[in-house]
Amino acid sequence: MQQILEFEREIYAVENQIRELVSLSHMYEGVGDITHEIAKLKKKLRHKKRDVFNGLSGWQKTQVARHPSRPYTLDYIQYLFRGFTELHGDRHGGYGPSVIGGFAKFDQRSLMIIGHQKGRDMQDKIKRNFGMSQPAGYRKALRLMRLAEKFNIPVVTLIDTPGAYPGIDAEEKGQSEAIARNLQVMASLKVPLISIVIGEGGSGGALAIGMGNRVMMLEHAIYSVISPEGCASILWDNQKKVTTAAEALCMTAQDLLQHKVIDNIIPEPLGGAHRNHKRAAILLKKALRPHLNELAEKNPDELIEQREQKFRSLGVFMEEEG
Amino acid sequence: MSWIDKFKSKAGIGKKIPKPTPNWVECKRCKEQLYPIDLEENLSVCPKCDFHFRINSRERVGQLLNPGSFIEHDANLVSNDPLKFKDIKRYKDRLKTATRDNPVKDAILCGTGMIGEHHVEICVFQFKFMGGSMGSVVGEKITRAIERAINEKHAMIIVNCSGGARMQEGIFSLMQMAKTSSALNRLSENSLPYISILTDPTTGGVSASFAFLGDIILSEPGATVGFAGKRVIEQTIKQKLPEGFQTAEFLLEHGLIDQVVHRHELRQMLNHHLSLLKDTPLEALRS
Ligand SMILES: [Zn+2]
Repeated sequence: MQQILEFEREIYAVENQIRELVSLSHMYEGVGDITHEIAKLKKKLRHKKRDVFNGLSGWQKTQVARHPSRPYTLDYIQYLFRGFTELHGDRHGGYGPSVIGGFAKFDQRSLMIIGHQKGRDMQDKIKRNFGMSQPAGYRKALRLMRLAEKFNIPVVTLIDTPGAYPGIDAEEKGQSEAIARNLQVMASLKVPLISIVIGEGGSGGALAIGMGNRVMMLEHAIYSVISPEGCASILWDNQKKVTTAAEALCMTAQDLLQHKVIDNIIPEPLGGAHRNHKRAAILLKKALRPHLNELAEKNPDELIEQREQKFRSLGVFMEEEG
Repeated sequence: MSWIDKFKSKAGIGKKIPKPTPNWVECKRCKEQLYPIDLEENLSVCPKCDFHFRINSRERVGQLLNPGSFIEHDANLVSNDPLKFKDIKRYKDRLKTATRDNPVKDAILCGTGMIGEHHVEICVFQFKFMGGSMGSVVGEKITRAIERAINEKHAMIIVNCSGGARMQEGIFSLMQMAKTSSALNRLSENSLPYISILTDPTTGGVSASFAFLGDIILSEPGATVGFAGKRVIEQTIKQKLPEGFQTAEFLLEHGLIDQVVHRHELRQMLNHHLSLLKDTPLEALRS
């Protein structure tokens, strides 16, 4: 069943009204009033969607970003690329199902596409560990990035994770090292790297595949150093403060663009990506193409230099006198 | 509690008189009472049970570098609260308190110095400054230290002691992981040694960036080191964690670090590794 968020209720209510009127109009053909009424409601629906989705708070965006019907990496792959063939394993004894990757064609170009993958049904969610990767997932991503580099193929990463998995086995296998290594290797990558936050950008687990020459976010995606829940429980010592924490963390795409942490925002279909996967994918494709073309012109040194400068400049501080 | 006890405790009657400020320190592990001077002379290690006390950054620099060789850099970098963050307290006020209570203006002390014959750039976390958390200032100071190491052809040393990223700087604190790791990549391309020392605690974003990128990774005995906090793991897996989980010794057993080194040996060990990495004669340090 479609999950309806609190602030989506009125939208669904108008949609139901329209649906009822449409079926009425089928029963009584040629009733001008109904057609007119439907048109009025459709206009109302558009306005309603725009009002609601333009004014989402940080916490509401978090809910949209985590929406169970939101398109995941595999959905985008299906719409955006041709010939995607998943490649498996980290070659160090790990499978890493929370991260997927493989080569595919985008336009006429070969690409390496790597992304976090959440599960759709319960069985799949468990298999994907709710998008929270073990070290193996990050090491697989690393292997695939290097593989792409070897054949001079650009890399696109899709970010959608609550965070790196916090568990006993994850610690035993070096979760910290896996993330850290990825950061260093991404800094050295000789091919274009584009990172797009499509849903949840959960802290180190997101950054572990996120050091792109370009970093973009979908309109209702979030990206944060900690979840609003985690932040509320640590800094407020109160789980109920999630709304306040979500606001304070400045984690929306709009906040991050304003702080110049990301390069641009990719629009979503009106009412959120979960309402229209195909349309969301088309909008992503439109945003991706010019950046890929632009980066394809650059040589390895320029790419590395540009990436380095981009992250070198992030941070806000002052130098006191004397 | 009877009503009279309640009354007494409210009024503070019959309470034990607090002991006069003790001039000794209690060991956290074996509860031995220790004289501060003895403790400091023993490099803040309990003489009875070898417990390594957490120490402040200037004391650490004194323990590791040749006497008088340390020149501090970037001491005047301070945070200017990019998100105007306020939880139950304002971040600005937290910074004020921390600056007042610490000998550094943010959670790290950086500078140039010598260990034996070796020039080093060294960064030492100051845990008492907001739990050694990493915000823009920490990230920038480390990055500048790495850049100095590249320019001067010095070795790089980071003594980690941090709970991770500074939440009050939001995404900027996360991005310091990227910035520092990128700088370390340049250091690595220049074949300059980087030794990472993990002390209690090294977790979160610090652990998942430069702390685990050392060419050689050393840890002090008993230090808590890991990605996720123990509480978070317990809440996630709904299980108690095994004894000794996320200790330096646990990490060594799981192949994640090179050595566990006693604080008494640390300076000598750094000199030793640097001599081996830089192919210079092995010489014992004079104290
Ligand atoms: Zn003791």
